[in-house]
Amino acid sequence: MRRVFIIIVPYLWLLALFLIPFAIVLKISLSDVAMARPPYLPQFSWEAGPGAFLAQLDFENFTFLTTDDLYWKAYLSSLQIAATSTLLTLLIGYPIAYAMARAPEEWRATLMMLVILPFWTSFLIRVYSWMGILSQEGYLNQLLLGLGVISEPLIILNTKAAVYIGIVYTYIPFMILPIYAALHRLDSSLIEAAEDLGCSRAKAFWLITVPLSRNGIIAGCFLVFIPTLGEFVIPSLLGGSGTLMIGKVLWEEFFNNRDWPVASAVAVVLVLILIIPIVLFQQNQQKQNEAQS
Amino acid sequence: MPECAFAPWTDPGAEPLIRFRNVTKRFGDFTAVRDLTLDIYEHEFFALLGPSGCGKTTMMRMLAGFETPSSGHIELAGQNIVPVPPNKRAVNMMFQSYALFPHLNVWDNIAFGLKRDGMPKDALRERVAEMLKLTHLERFARRKPHQISGGQRQRVALARSLAKAPKLLLLDEPMGALDKKLRQETQFELMDIQEKTGTTFVIVTHDQEEAMTVASRVAVMDEGELIQVATPSAIYEAPNCVYVADFIGDVNIIEGAAHRAGDKHYTVHWADGQAPLKAASDKTFSPAQNAFLAIRPEKVLVTAERPADAENTIQGRIHDIAYLGNISTYHVEVAGGRMLKAQTANTRRIENRGFTWENRVWLSWDSTAGVLLER
Ligand SMILES: Nc1ncnc2c1ncn2[C@@H]1O[C@H](COP(=O)(O)OP(=O)(O)O)[C@@H](O)[C@H]1O
Ligand SMILES: [Mg+2]
Repeated sequence: MRRVFIIIVPYLWLLALFLIPFAIVLKISLSDVAMARPPYLPQFSWEAGPGAFLAQLDFENFTFLTTDDLYWKAYLSSLQIAATSTLLTLLIGYPIAYAMARAPEEWRATLMMLVILPFWTSFLIRVYSWMGILSQEGYLNQLLLGLGVISEPLIILNTKAAVYIGIVYTYIPFMILPIYAALHRLDSSLIEAAEDLGCSRAKAFWLITVPLSRNGIIAGCFLVFIPTLGEFVIPSLLGGSGTLMIGKVLWEEFFNNRDWPVASAVAVVLVLILIIPIVLFQQNQQKQNEAQS
Repeated sequence: MPECAFAPWTDPGAEPLIRFRNVTKRFGDFTAVRDLTLDIYEHEFFALLGPSGCGKTTMMRMLAGFETPSSGHIELAGQNIVPVPPNKRAVNMMFQSYALFPHLNVWDNIAFGLKRDGMPKDALRERVAEMLKLTHLERFARRKPHQISGGQRQRVALARSLAKAPKLLLLDEPMGALDKKLRQETQFELMDIQEKTGTTFVIVTHDQEEAMTVASRVAVMDEGELIQVATPSAIYEAPNCVYVADFIGDVNIIEGAAHRAGDKHYTVHWADGQAPLKAASDKTFSPAQNAFLAIRPEKVLVTAERPADAENTIQGRIHDIAYLGNISTYHVEVAGGRMLKAQTANTRRIENRGFTWENRVWLSWDSTAGVLLER
């Protein structure tokens, strides 16, 4: 009985917080937009019966997504931005995680604190403050102008560069923490053994440290890539009109066009795209757990 | 005995493979190794023996290149190796934790060092196969380290460190993680491998039995200093101080005042109203100098009657008997409540043994059976 209960709880959780909402969104994506409240048809009614209701659902909205190139361009652009920022986050996060794992024992708790500290402030406020830093009259330009490094203010805000800065800044803890965990576990005598057997420091890093932190790297990359793909706040606030991301398109369909069915179709496709990396991520985690036990 | 033939340390003309010259290693204000001077010769199986924390690993790490001496220098085959980084030394180390690469299988672990040398593929395969055969690991070549037993892991570590045919192999407590039976088997295997490959081995251990079994010479260390360096039998039979005598095997230490009683002979007055003990010694003691007579339990005879011809006899009462199968140790209380141990081989069955608790017995030994020590 206990075991059944333990197994049932996560499934109930999944049902209530993922499958039911997803079914609702899926249903809306199969409806038609209408001047109504809520703004789509058909509405389910008991008099007409479920047969008549189901008969009115169709895949029109999904077909529509393929007719307007805005959508596939937005998906592609999101994938590209997510991939690039994941790579950037990895390139910046790995050395930080490495330095943390190598730092003297008594410093590590403090360093860990510093990585987590930004979560104590609202995400929105932190992204807004980047507007203050990156804008033409922002702190960064003032500093660089003041130092005489540049003579004209740089245009960063409302470009892709600002989006990358925002994403790397926001998601870097998700990259650092799993890599740090992997490097922290790494026995330093393995590096010494590699050196003893003829490796230079750099070679030992490539042949031992990197492969042994592989699971941390993979976990970190997924933890950054998955939320970045549907990211909406950062491209809206920092990316300006030139940055095309599917999260932004989705928001505009819902709130500007009030086209819930198309917006839902966009969301359904996004979820389907995300399922691939999520499944891969799960497999990686499982492999890691097996390797540890 | 072939071991007698191999004794380069007695030959003044022999060039040592390793020379420690006044080597000191400090960590902050803590001195881990103090002013150590030591020669180790080619083909030796040299054991560093001492309690935990006495600086054995630190010495090894200086040889491997992971620690730099604070002062003094270390020579390998006549070359000062202090500035040479670990990956450029003809020295390999078998780590206390084995340090096997968990992401590589047994074959790749053994091949790791050879690949770094850029060895041609065929020669590499041959060398790895040879190492697998030497350590009886052929069947496990494709397994990952976590898929084999502790004893097998230990052999992989050994094969990996031997693969590059180093001039010197360092083994840091190589059998620390094995159970007793496997340990003994492995000790003999290790000696066999050392003989076959002709490599110089320096082994660290805190197990005196292990050091005595495998080594051509043993260095006993304490708190970063060498106390005695000698062959296992010399260490056992002629320890140079109470610390060594006590560290290696079981020993009775009887403290007393030494008086000269003829050429190289002394008497030790150890308790009021008791006959002084006779002891032979090459050392000179000033009259009434405080001295320690060290005598091994197996050299002390236990008898019911006072033996007529023994040089030293003490009467006592059996306090305790430890039956260890092949031998029994008698704990005998003598004058002044002092406890002495005597060991006899159990050639007779347990019920036929002569003595039991509270029996009054005589302990006896000859003047040459013990060693007289100054400290
Ligand atoms: N890197 C280090 N920093 C500070 N102290 C050390 C370091 N390495 C070893 N020590 C100290 O040196 C002493 C000798 O250590 P070690 O050589 O490992 O002893 P053993 O191998 O004989 O048990 C110990 O007291 C240890 O705490
Ligand atoms: Mg040690």
